Amino acid sequence: MTAPLIETKDLVKYFDTPRGPLHAVDHVNISIRKGETLGVVGESGCGKSTMGRTILKLLPATSGEVYFHGENILLYNKQQTYGLREKMQIIFQDPHASLNPRMTVSEIIAEPLLVNRRAKSKDELEERVFQLMETVGLAERFVNTYPHELDGGRRQRIGIARALALGPEFIVCDEPVSALDVSIQAQILNLMMDLQEAEGYTYMFITHDLSVVKHISNEIAVMYLGQCVEQAPSDELFENPLHPYTQALLNAIPIPSLRPEDRLHDVIKGEVSDPIAPKPGCRFANRCPFAKPECTGEVIPLKEVSEGHFISCRLHS
Amino acid sequence: MSDQMNMENKIVQENLTDAQPAGASAPQPEEAGKELLRIEDLHVIYKTDEALVKAVNGLNLSVRTGETLALVGETGAGKTTTALSIMRLLPQRTGSIPSGKVIFEGEDIRNVSDQRMRQIRGKDISMIFQDPMSSLNPVLTIEDQISEPLLFHNSSMKKSDALERARELLEMVGISRERSREYPHQFSGGMKQRIIIAIALACEPKLMLADEPTTALDVTIQAQVLKLMKDLQDKMHMAMIMITHDLGIVAQTCDKVAIMYAGKIIESGTVEDIFNGEKHHPYTTGLFGSIPEIRKKTRRLHPIDGLMPDPSCLPEGCAFHPRCPYAQERCRQTMPEPVVNDTHVVLCHLFSDKENETEGKK
Repeated sequence: MTAPLIETKDLVKYFDTPRGPLHAVDHVNISIRKGETLGVVGESGCGKSTMGRTILKLLPATSGEVYFHGENILLYNKQQTYGLREKMQIIFQDPHASLNPRMTVSEIIAEPLLVNRRAKSKDELEERVFQLMETVGLAERFVNTYPHELDGGRRQRIGIARALALGPEFIVCDEPVSALDVSIQAQILNLMMDLQEAEGYTYMFITHDLSVVKHISNEIAVMYLGQCVEQAPSDELFENPLHPYTQALLNAIPIPSLRPEDRLHDVIKGEVSDPIAPKPGCRFANRCPFAKPECTGEVIPLKEVSEGHFISCRLHS
Repeated sequence: MSDQMNMENKIVQENLTDAQPAGASAPQPEEAGKELLRIEDLHVIYKTDEALVKAVNGLNLSVRTGETLALVGETGAGKTTTALSIMRLLPQRTGSIPSGKVIFEGEDIRNVSDQRMRQIRGKDISMIFQDPMSSLNPVLTIEDQISEPLLFHNSSMKKSDALERARELLEMVGISRERSREYPHQFSGGMKQRIIIAIALACEPKLMLADEPTTALDVTIQAQVLKLMKDLQDKMHMAMIMITHDLGIVAQTCDKVAIMYAGKIIESGTVEDIFNGEKHHPYTTGLFGSIPEIRKKTRRLHPIDGLMPDPSCLPEGCAFHPRCPYAQERCRQTMPEPVVNDTHVVLCHLFSDKENETEGKK
């Protein structure tokens, strides 16, 4: 087994609020091997985007460690962190809000190249921009258009081209297809998988859409209220979900099929509880149909139940 | 609660009395519902300074009491515009209906007075909008907002009765009545959508237009809201038009399906026709090929190439032909006629004559 490219150890991110610390990411341990994709799923507010940004040092971590090529990047100084930006990139959810409306497509894609002085001449810069546009499937004629003139799918391609400009190794994809129509979504997913195959990018793919995450990931981490409750290889997680929350999530997906076994059933009750000062123990306990008294009180550690399949649940310890 | 029971009985009785003649002539006698809404050859345009946008181009559909019709399509297909035309809520300065009929219970919505329309809106037809965050008034308590349609449509109703009914409705959608004096920002997204459902149901409408009601919600909350809507619909025997782009929601909640592309319904039928049947419009096939399947491992998706056409300059002939893998010469010139096979209707040249039938495959 190869060493992981990215690894977190007890990563914690709390936000200070007037009511106390908001536990956005709470002691999360994940690792991603080179060239693979870790899917992070969870509902809004579970801390998946915060985790992505904390790993990239776009947000300062409260405590914990993030290893990239075996080095703890949270200890890096400002200079070193800038160097890191070339290797770690992000694609944002909303392709409209994440592109500067006053810059043309070529200016947006060229910006990282200019900042990092990657091009010796204007011609070289232009050539590189055209190359990137071709890579992501943007026709040359869009080079001088502004983002608002393009549809969501093309805008997202600009975001991808910008993230690829410096030849990163690791890319955090924060819900890159959630704002797109299904047929466009499929085009972008295919593009991202083709790029990974060709260039060996490592992805952390954050999404709330379980069918998308299954399609693109090698490993999946399920998050609930800042904690990782289950982590397993993609196929294993879908065939053998063990945590009651994972099961609830899978049961809640409306499946486009009329077979009786695909009917929506066992709808889970209740809503995600308050992430500010959560009670110790399992945070899903108040909605869990199998909750027992011992589920609350103390932290339930992630436990390996079969090879590569980790779960934090009293039912399996 | 007794009001509601009476109302239900009344509707059921209406159905019983109307069911016989309708059932005798209708092609599917098992559907007891009478026709509630019929749209004939509807065209909707938006006029802007730059362009004339043809949002809906000759749309036909019908909804019977108690059934759920799914209106499926991608952004810009004209789904919301269709719903707004039914409610007569098209933006007045830009939007207009040059031709077509929207017949609700025998009345053409296009010709009724504004006053009559206000009576229909909220009472007979109500609408749930996509974004629960922006469709509630932030400065009114939720009980005020739920009782507003009640007071508007029943001038004899006392304020205290309306508020009491509002609290009952809140409980019906699963929110405790103690919270009735709170403001929208104090509720989560899923709860706001429940409140909107309560408002929409307040006057027990005959037809509900749900415009992507769960798109802004998380999956577990979506499942709760869908189940709630289904239960309430069965209880009130209400018809529903469910506007969505999610084929999963269609399979799980709807009876009939109409798939829209560039302002036209290109395929329609019962859910069985669409999900289990054969001979689909290439666009429908493309939509199904674009969704990653949760039950199977598919390495590559099969999306539809290209993009939705610009509604201000639609292609000649079949609007889908520039993206269609089976496009022939005649697709570029003439719009296909509907090919009807019992309940299943497809608008595609592939099926318009015998020799071509084998080419179309799912």
